Amino acid sequence: MALLRVTSPHAHGAQDTTQVMQSVLLATLPGVAVMTWFFGPGTLVNILFGSMVAVAMETVALALRRRPILRTLDDHSAVVTASLLCISLPPYSPWWLIVIGMGSAIWLAKHFYGGLGYNPFNPAMVGYVVLLISFPVQMTSWAPPRGTGAELPSFLEALRACFAPQTYDAVTMATALDVVKQNSGLTLEALWRESPQLGRWAGAGWEWVSLAFLAGGLWMLKKRLFTWHAPVGMLLSITLLSALFYDEGSSASKGSPLFHLLGGATLFGAFFIITDPVSSAVSNRGRLVYGALIGALVYIIRVAGNYPDAVAFAVLIMNFAAPFIDHYTQPRTYGHRVRPPT
Amino acid sequence: MRRIHDFHGGIHPAEHKSDSMAQPIQPAGVPDVLVLPTGQHIGNSALPTVAPGQRVLGGEEIAEADGALSVPCHAPTSGTVLAVEDRPVPHPSGLSALCIVLQPDGRDEWAEPRPFANPMNADPLLLTQHIQQAGIAGMGGAGFPTAVKLSPRPGKPIQTLIINGTECEPYITADDSLMRERAAAVISGSLILAHVLGNPTVLLGIEDNKPEAIAALKDAATGSGVEIVVFPTKYPSGGEKQLIEILLGAQVPSGALPADIGVVCQNVGTAAAVHHAVVNGRPLVSRITTVTGEAVSRPGNYEVLLGTPIRHLLALAGYDASVNQRLVMGGPMMGFTVSDPDCPIIKTSNCLLLPTEAELPTPPPPQACIRCGLCAEACPASLLPQQLFWYSRGRDHERLEAHNLFDCIECGACAYVCPSHIPLVQYYRASKAEIIAQRQDAERAEHARQRFEARQERIERQAREKAERREARKRAAEAKATAATGDDKDSDPIQAAIERAQARKAALADAGSKD
Ligand code: SF4
Ligand code: SF4
Repeated sequence: MALLRVTSPHAHGAQDTTQVMQSVLLATLPGVAVMTWFFGPGTLVNILFGSMVAVAMETVALALRRRPILRTLDDHSAVVTASLLCISLPPYSPWWLIVIGMGSAIWLAKHFYGGLGYNPFNPAMVGYVVLLISFPVQMTSWAPPRGTGAELPSFLEALRACFAPQTYDAVTMATALDVVKQNSGLTLEALWRESPQLGRWAGAGWEWVSLAFLAGGLWMLKKRLFTWHAPVGMLLSITLLSALFYDEGSSASKGSPLFHLLGGATLFGAFFIITDPVSSAVSNRGRLVYGALIGALVYIIRVAGNYPDAVAFAVLIMNFAAPFIDHYTQPRTYGHRVRPPT
Repeated sequence: MRRIHDFHGGIHPAEHKSDSMAQPIQPAGVPDVLVLPTGQHIGNSALPTVAPGQRVLGGEEIAEADGALSVPCHAPTSGTVLAVEDRPVPHPSGLSALCIVLQPDGRDEWAEPRPFANPMNADPLLLTQHIQQAGIAGMGGAGFPTAVKLSPRPGKPIQTLIINGTECEPYITADDSLMRERAAAVISGSLILAHVLGNPTVLLGIEDNKPEAIAALKDAATGSGVEIVVFPTKYPSGGEKQLIEILLGAQVPSGALPADIGVVCQNVGTAAAVHHAVVNGRPLVSRITTVTGEAVSRPGNYEVLLGTPIRHLLALAGYDASVNQRLVMGGPMMGFTVSDPDCPIIKTSNCLLLPTEAELPTPPPPQACIRCGLCAEACPASLLPQQLFWYSRGRDHERLEAHNLFDCIECGACAYVCPSHIPLVQYYRASKAEIIAQRQDAERAEHARQRFEARQERIERQAREKAERREARKRAAEAKATAATGDDKDSDPIQAAIERAQARKAALADAGSKD
């Protein structure tokens, strides 16, 4: 065998970007499974179709940009983006919604900026926000969860909802966040009694979905796929803010800390979205700040903004701010008394 | 118990150390030919003092030190000088350099050893000289001439001597076996070094993965004043700066030397070499080298004569070329590949690593940096390797320097953890080289500019002086003319000039006719 001439180091650790991405996909499974249990197979169809669209779009982008196609597809990042976006979409979304979302995520947010690693904004969240602004009706029509009376669609019906949306009669219901946001007259206790979509602590079904995503997130944390800083920062600031403004459940109440932690996309966002390394702050301290600010924004937009949930907006705003956070949180280099200037 | 400090980052790669520790140190014997590079250390290469055909004795000096930042070379055994010529040497560049080629005669006749009598009462300067003359340069891998680190620096007393027994790189066990088997020599050498430095505190730092060596050292150090400090295993705790932080909790300021904070570090191998040179009067002609990796069937530690071709060691260790994919000199983290097995073992060669493809796979093509930050978490210098990579690719030298590229110790921890398999250290090396070349260019340009300006200034000065002289002459002539006529107003300068010119012409004609 001819002797290699390579530079040190010669040894390499176990982690590998492809495996990291595969692990992220694996970690979404509990959450997706629980979603499917509560809302039927809509999310599954979203993910399957969305992934195919994403891979096709990634291939086209790579071909146009004259990048190695197979080797780059192998990093699985397109499928990860597709899954994260499709989990965020309402189940039983029509095909065109998914296609437009993927185009925004893969082409606009990722390849226009130079591909994986160069994208300043989280692609899945760009896709989500584009859709939310352009198609607010479709984006806020959530299927009712199991246990609220309505029957869950079958897999065939889910396919029909996706590919022949005009033939599908969607049953939708306001989400828990909407209900609490729009509430004006009832105390939280009364509201809870009246609204089937409110569960034990947060949205019916949703709270379990959130817990399943938490489990997947903790598993990734244990595998050291990311550090704890950003999720802990986000969850802490949401908890603190919601505790500060919680008034034990009057009609003006914005919901308890538990409601905000388990409701909406908080936990999914904390472990699957803001941990996207590419678009977040770089250093550990920076990520703590980044997470905390996202948490604060999520809470503020939820209680004061026009949209019921706010993870996507908060993430995009902080993506924008990440370079500034980096600037102020650079580590002190060995042997230097001050932090290096940027 | 001394308080142990931690340093930022670091990694825990698989150690693979037991592979080469099954047997005690074995002599590698005398090869057919010894190739001794004149530059086995950092600094000026030694100057050969022998000619082809000349017979030399073991321990005889064959190349002398060229100045203070240099050490001599000695013949490892008796034999005949075959050639003094360029040969491939073990260096990352893969280049050739001047070597003295020696054919051993098998008799191993030695020059008279020159032990240093009563070293612990001797003048430190004389001891330092003796250590330089014995050809000792740092044996941990850097090869910095030991005597230079021992030379006193005015106003900078040394408070701590750190003997580095860390050996934190995977696979390498040369120092481990030395400490196990020759602990007394290590301690004796440490004490001599301490004496030279004015008796500072002596700390011998060692990772906790070497229990036998720790026991042997503690035994040998009893009552000597050398403190054996054990700390948790983590790569790269053996880096000089990291070790200082572990033992003292202090950092060496960027761009400064350990001596600036009163610390000198020496490797355990260097300490043992000092002991041999001072107590036994033997110059440095051999070292312990680990030969390991799955491509050799008899991994172990060998006592190798300097100049022994790698090929000789490979044969001893049962090397199977068909499964070997790269020949690494040094460890898997910081070693470099050597493509020519005729390269010799030199003073800094602590390990030969011969991995199979399965053991250290060929790196896959790098993927995109996903800014995961694992590299920054692993970096012992608290740098941001991903940013350095970014700027390195963009050739943004200003940002690279602002992000302290030159504080990177090239330990490879960042590249080790990088999930995208980016050869980060390669980028840093290239950028450092570029920046250094640019600085030199700038310096040269600055020199040229200064030379140009000096010349310009000279020309101007000459012109000025000439003008002044002319002016002075003119004034003198006028004064004379005035004096002659006695009246300024009546004098006619044109007339006067014509007269002067005529007079000069006449004088010239006069002078010409005389020749
Ligand atoms: S470890 Fe590699 S992929 Fe991760 S941030 Fe550093 S350079 Fe980028
Ligand atoms: S090689 Fe340089 S940048 Fe990489 S971990 Fe080591 S010191 Fe840090």
